[in-house]
Amino acid sequence: MARIPVQFTLNGQEKAEFIESGATLLNVLRDRMGDTSPKGGCQQGTCGACSVIIDGELRLSCLTLAETCEGATIETAGGLANGSELHPIQQAIVDGFATQCGFCAPGMVMAIKVLLDAKPAPSREDVVEAISGNVCRCTGYEPIIQAVLSVSRSNSQQAV
Amino acid sequence: MALELQTFSSSAEASAALRGGGKSYLGGGSLVVRAVNEGDVRITGYVRSTDKALTSIATDGGRARLGASVTMAQVVGCEALSELAPAAKLIGGPAVRNVATVGGNLFARSPFGDFTVALLALGATVHFTDGEMDIDAFLAARETVTDERGIVVAVSFDIPPSGRFRFLKISRVKPKGVAVLTIAAAIGTDAKGTISEARIALGCMSDRPIRAEAAEKALVGSELSESGIAGAVDVIGEGTAPITDPIASSWYRAEVLPVHFRRLMLD
Amino acid sequence: MEIRSEYFADERPETLHEIGQSRPRDDAPGHVTGKTGFFADRTFPDLLHLKMVRSPHHHALIKSIDTSEAERHPGVIRVITAKDVPHNLYTILILIQVGPEDETVLADKKVSWKGEAVVAVVATSERAAHEAAAKVKVDYEVLPAVFDMEEALKPGAPEVNPHHPGNYYEYDSGDHRKVRYGNIEEGFAMADHILEQTYSSSPIEQAPTETTGCIVAPEGNDRFTCYTNTQAMFFTLDNTSIILEMPGHKLHMVGGTVGGGFGGKVDVIVEPIAILAARLTGKPVSFIYSREEEMQISSPRAAEKIVIRDGVMNDGRLVARKVTGYTDAGAYSRHSPYGAQKGAAHYPGPYTVPNVWIDTYCVYTNRTPSSAMRGFGVTIADFALEVQMDKLARLIDMDPLEFRFINAYRDGDIKAHRQPTEGAALIECMQEASKVANWPVAEKYMAMSSAKREI
Repeated sequence: MARIPVQFTLNGQEKAEFIESGATLLNVLRDRMGDTSPKGGCQQGTCGACSVIIDGELRLSCLTLAETCEGATIETAGGLANGSELHPIQQAIVDGFATQCGFCAPGMVMAIKVLLDAKPAPSREDVVEAISGNVCRCTGYEPIIQAVLSVSRSNSQQAV
Repeated sequence: MALELQTFSSSAEASAALRGGGKSYLGGGSLVVRAVNEGDVRITGYVRSTDKALTSIATDGGRARLGASVTMAQVVGCEALSELAPAAKLIGGPAVRNVATVGGNLFARSPFGDFTVALLALGATVHFTDGEMDIDAFLAARETVTDERGIVVAVSFDIPPSGRFRFLKISRVKPKGVAVLTIAAAIGTDAKGTISEARIALGCMSDRPIRAEAAEKALVGSELSESGIAGAVDVIGEGTAPITDPIASSWYRAEVLPVHFRRLMLD
Repeated sequence: MEIRSEYFADERPETLHEIGQSRPRDDAPGHVTGKTGFFADRTFPDLLHLKMVRSPHHHALIKSIDTSEAERHPGVIRVITAKDVPHNLYTILILIQVGPEDETVLADKKVSWKGEAVVAVVATSERAAHEAAAKVKVDYEVLPAVFDMEEALKPGAPEVNPHHPGNYYEYDSGDHRKVRYGNIEEGFAMADHILEQTYSSSPIEQAPTETTGCIVAPEGNDRFTCYTNTQAMFFTLDNTSIILEMPGHKLHMVGGTVGGGFGGKVDVIVEPIAILAARLTGKPVSFIYSREEEMQISSPRAAEKIVIRDGVMNDGRLVARKVTGYTDAGAYSRHSPYGAQKGAAHYPGPYTVPNVWIDTYCVYTNRTPSSAMRGFGVTIADFALEVQMDKLARLIDMDPLEFRFINAYRDGDIKAHRQPTEGAALIECMQEASKVANWPVAEKYMAMSSAKREI
C-alpha cells in the first residue's frame, strides 16, 4: 500500500513523515519519530499509558489514527521537561514517590497536565476524575493524588 | 495488510464507501480501532466523514439533535443537555470521552453502550443519511440497517424536563468502570403524583440495550413509593438475558437488577 | 518516615545513616519523562511479529493441523508448529530438580486448557500475523474437562496432564506435602472448643500495565539477543537453552525496567518461541501479549481451597491446628508445586501451636495454568488463618488482638516444621499497631517481648 504523508507539531517541533494509512499515532510516535514516552499498555483505550495531548485535549494515542492528526499540535511526556529541569508535575511525582515501575507515569503526567492547565487548584475529586482513565498497578493512586494536590497548593501560593 | 482510512466530505459518500461490507465507520475509534488492535480481522478498512453537521448539537423548542460524531465530552459540556450529562460523564475516562461518539455508542455491544441506554429511555429517533427510525426499531436491526439507510448522522429526542429522567450505572471501579448494569428511566407523573408514563431501558441485560416493558406497564397508574413500585420491581427482570463477562456473571446481574432498580426509583 | 527506635534498641547501633532516611528514587526522573527504557522501546528494521493460534477448547485431542493457507497469506514469513521445537517439553523448575517436564511449548497431541498455544505465525506486520492466524485450521476432538479440584482428585476424573496421573503433583512424600508436629488427636481431645472452617479463593490476575513480551534480534554466528521484561532472567536463559537445545552463550538475555510484574512475568513463555522464530527466519522478532492475552493467557495466582480445624482453650491458647490445603495448578505445574509446598511450611502462621497436622495438595485441572504472584502459597493462607483467628477469638469471647498476643511466636519457639524461630517481631508490631489504631490491650500484653517469654 502506498504510504501517505502526515505533518504535525510534536513537542514544539515540526514533524513530517510518510506513514501507512491506518497506523495509530502511538505506533507512529514510537516507531517512526523516536518518542517512546507514550506506552502501549492495552491498545484498547483502557489503561491510559499512551495518553498524549492533541490540540489541548487529552487523547489516547493507541486509538487515534496518525493521519487524523494532520496539522495538529501534539504534546507528550517526553517533551515536557525543560532540558534537565523537570516540569512541576514531574517533579511532584518524583518527590512524592508517586511512581514505581514507571510504565503508567508518562500517560499519567499528561492527564494531570490537562487538568492543571484548565484548573490550577483542583479539588481531590477533580484529581480522581482526571486520572480515572489511567491505570496504575503499583502505587494505589494515593501518592499520585497527593502529588497533584501538592502542585495545586504551590500554584495557589504563587497566585497569591 | 494495513487498514486504509478513506475520508469523505459527505455522509452520503461515506455511506456508499461502506456498502459491500468489511469496512467500518471510524468515529472516535474507541470501539473500532480497539477491535482492530486486538486482532479483529473482520474489519478490513476505515471510512469516515468530515461533514460538519455530524459534530454539531442543535437544541430547538425542547427538542435536541445530536450529530453522530458529537462526543461524550461535548454532551457533558452542553448546558441544554444537563439532564443527560451524568450519563455521558460515566462513560470512560476523560480521554475516552474526548473521542467516544453518540453514534458509536449506538453500536456498542454490552457491557458498553451506556449512553444508548439513556437514549432508549428517552425514546430517541435515529437519523440516517437516508431516513430515520425510532431507537427501538434501530436497536433490533442495527447490524444491517445502515446497509439500506446509510450511516447514522444524528439522534434526536425531547429534552426531558428536570426530574423526569433518571440514570444509574453500577460499576465495580469508581469513578470510571465498565458497567455491571445500567438503568435509565423516563417517568412522567400527573398532578397527584400518579405515574402516567414510563420508559425504562436496561444495559447489560442482553447483548444490547433493551426495554423493561413489563416493569413499565406495572408502574403506570402507581405512585413512586415503596409499595407503588413493588410490582415493577418484581418484573424488572422479565425478558432479560444478562451477559456474563469478566465484570459479572449473568446470575449476579440478574440478582442485583431489582435492587438497583428499586433504589433508582425511590432516590 | 520514622523509626520507633525504642523497640530492639539493644540490637541496633545508633550510627545508622541510611535507615530511616527518605531518599529519592534514582529511576523516578526517567519514569516521569518517559526516558526509562522498557524492552519494547526499541525499533528494528525488518521487525517481524509473532501471533499465537490458541486452543478454543478446555480439553481436546488435536487430530490434525493444517497451516497451508496461513503459510500462503501475504506477509507471512514462517508458521511454526510443535515439530519445529527442538525439545518441546519443559517445566520451569526442572532447573532445581522439580520435575517432571510436563508442558509443551506448542501443543501437538492435545490441549489441556482454553488458550493453550498450538501454532505460532510470524509475519511482517501484526495485522498480517492476525489474518494468517485466523487461517490456521486445527481439527480437535473435544474431551471432558474438569475445573474443580476435588472433582479432579476423584477416581475416574478426566486426566488433565499425562505426566501427572491422578491429577495431583507427586512429591517425594507422596500425593501431598505433610507437616506433622506433636500429637494432633491429643490436642483436639484437650481443647475446650473445636472450630472447622473452609476458605476458598479464585484465581487472581497480576494485570501489569505493561504486557508480557520480548523482542529477539539475531546477532549472527547463531547468537541471539533477547530483550525481555521477564522477572526471572536466569530461569529464562536456562529453560530456553534446554528447549532450543542451544548452549547458554548463544543466548544473550537483556532485561531492564519491568512495567509491573507482581509475579506474572516469572514464567518462561514468550522467549523460547520468539528466539526460535528469530532463528528460523534470521530476522528480529517481536512477541508481545495483547491485553486480552495478558488477562486470559498469562498465569494468574492459583485458586486455593483451605480447610482449617483448630482446637482452642477458654484461656486463649491454641492447642491443635489441622490444615488441608489445595492449590489449583491449572493444566501444568509452572511454579505451583513450589507454591503448595510453601503453603505447607507456612502453616500454622506466626503462631506457636503445640500440635500441628498439615497436608497440602497441588492439583491439576483444565484451567489456565497458575503460577507466581506476590507471596503465592502464603497470601491466601494468611487470609484464611487471620479470618480463622478472628472467628476463634469470637468463639471464646476474647479480644482478637489479645488472642493473637497469647499465641504469637517468640524467638526460640520451635515451628511445626522444626525450625527454631529467630528474629520474631510480631509482638512489637502488634504493640505498635495497638497504639496507632487506638485499639488498647491489657498492660501485660504491652509488656511482652519477642525476644523472650515472660515467666
